[in-house]
Amino acid sequence: MELTREEESALKGEQGEIMQMAYRILVATGEATDAEKLIPIEWAHLSGVNYNTIGDAGEEFLSTLSKDARVTVKTTLNPMGFDIDNVSNYKLDENFISKQLSIRNSYETMGVIPSFSCIPYEIFDIPKNGTQVAFAESNAAIHANSYDDLKTNKESAFSALASAIVGKSPYSSLRKEDTPNITIEMKVKNPNELSYGMLGFFAGKVGDTSVNISGLGEMDQRQCKAMCGGMGTSGTCAKFNFSKGDSNTEKIEFDEKEMKNVFDELNTSEKGDLITLGSPQLGLDEISDLTAKLKGRSFEKRCMVFLPRTVKEQAQKIGYISELERAGCEILSDCCTCLTPLICKDDVDAVTTNSIKGAFYLKNSNGVGINLKSLQQIVEDETR
Amino acid sequence: MNKILVSGKVEGIVLKSNDPINFLGTVDKKTGIISDKEHSLFEKSIKNSILVFPSGIGSSVGAYTIYSIKSNNTAPIAMICKKADLTVATGCALANIPLITITDEEFESIKTGMKLSLNTDSTTLIHYQ
Repeated sequence: MELTREEESALKGEQGEIMQMAYRILVATGEATDAEKLIPIEWAHLSGVNYNTIGDAGEEFLSTLSKDARVTVKTTLNPMGFDIDNVSNYKLDENFISKQLSIRNSYETMGVIPSFSCIPYEIFDIPKNGTQVAFAESNAAIHANSYDDLKTNKESAFSALASAIVGKSPYSSLRKEDTPNITIEMKVKNPNELSYGMLGFFAGKVGDTSVNISGLGEMDQRQCKAMCGGMGTSGTCAKFNFSKGDSNTEKIEFDEKEMKNVFDELNTSEKGDLITLGSPQLGLDEISDLTAKLKGRSFEKRCMVFLPRTVKEQAQKIGYISELERAGCEILSDCCTCLTPLICKDDVDAVTTNSIKGAFYLKNSNGVGINLKSLQQIVEDETR
Repeated sequence: MNKILVSGKVEGIVLKSNDPINFLGTVDKKTGIISDKEHSLFEKSIKNSILVFPSGIGSSVGAYTIYSIKSNNTAPIAMICKKADLTVATGCALANIPLITITDEEFESIKTGMKLSLNTDSTTLIHYQ
């Protein structure tokens, strides 16, 4: 990778240890992705926020870093482990809460906007077409590349942080013209968000850096998010190209049989003890739709609803939150199903969810059983 | 392909896996032991090894795990991959663990237990002993 004289000097440590570390990360990222240079970015979105995932090493690292490091571009960040407004309702120990708050303070000290959301594309204005950004959250990177006309690598927690500090990112294939290695034809009839989540999960397994996808009908935001979340979970692929591809591209069908394979891999239980909605977090449209679906109905078991704080505030004003709470929902902002410390296998055998991304992490990280159902099915089966 | 992701110079014993590694959730941060029953290195420690594996997979947060095992002195002394992925590359960059990629042929020829020296300043990156 070619560096300018100034970039070389930063890598040698002539602009301080923080810039040296940040450039070491950007150079390693650039070499990994065959980038020939670094380019400016306008927005970074960080992962590595939840104490449940980054642990003491992450907390200590961020605490040290925040003494001197400051972000130089607009920087937003992923969910943390809990919602401070209702954390006392859950069995989290003092150590977890204080370490999580330390992480929050470190990011705020560095100048990061405390968005605690995995759907930055839904709660912030999207910059003009073709804008270079650096998103670490996988569903957000895929959404940005596929639906928002933005350009990003599927960043790691560190490359996004280094990009936030330096204001640059490697000019890798996804930022230029990327050639998808495969074309997937969607053959499943009458798909719901669960089907799209499984399609995404399948695509992430067969895709390299991007995939062509064809045969998709009109999709709503919930379905688009499910597809991006599914793909981000199963591989390194970071873009859907909505195209049939040319005759040289390998073709593969996603039919009922392939869908059943994914379903069988993730669905391990016939019923759940509690329900989670969100991973990715729900946006205002989904909250509005959920409120309408629950009109006059109530959940017969616990249902955790995850959403960004800004969406919660808007939904409160409109009256959705009181309606959802009446129906028995637990409303949680600033956090998400994915890698949540709020669901523990000592208390819960299995979770019902419509999220493939949520299912994957609940199964592998929380160690609970999974009962996959679409939202429509959840409302029909679990409320009255 | 030969690439230098993070430079450095070390000498040590190879621990090789033909399975990719998902650092988040597969590696015990305190001990450096692989805790995933499905993985070919299950119950083996990656501590102080030259870890040779095809590539990293899974969540980007895995980069923090690499930093974490380095802080806990349970990290490999170097990593060698077939394909460089962003999680492993940035985790190694932050933790200052030398990382290179090598050709498929050279990857095939390296076996667990071999003694190697790795020097990214030398024209031949790997010397077999």
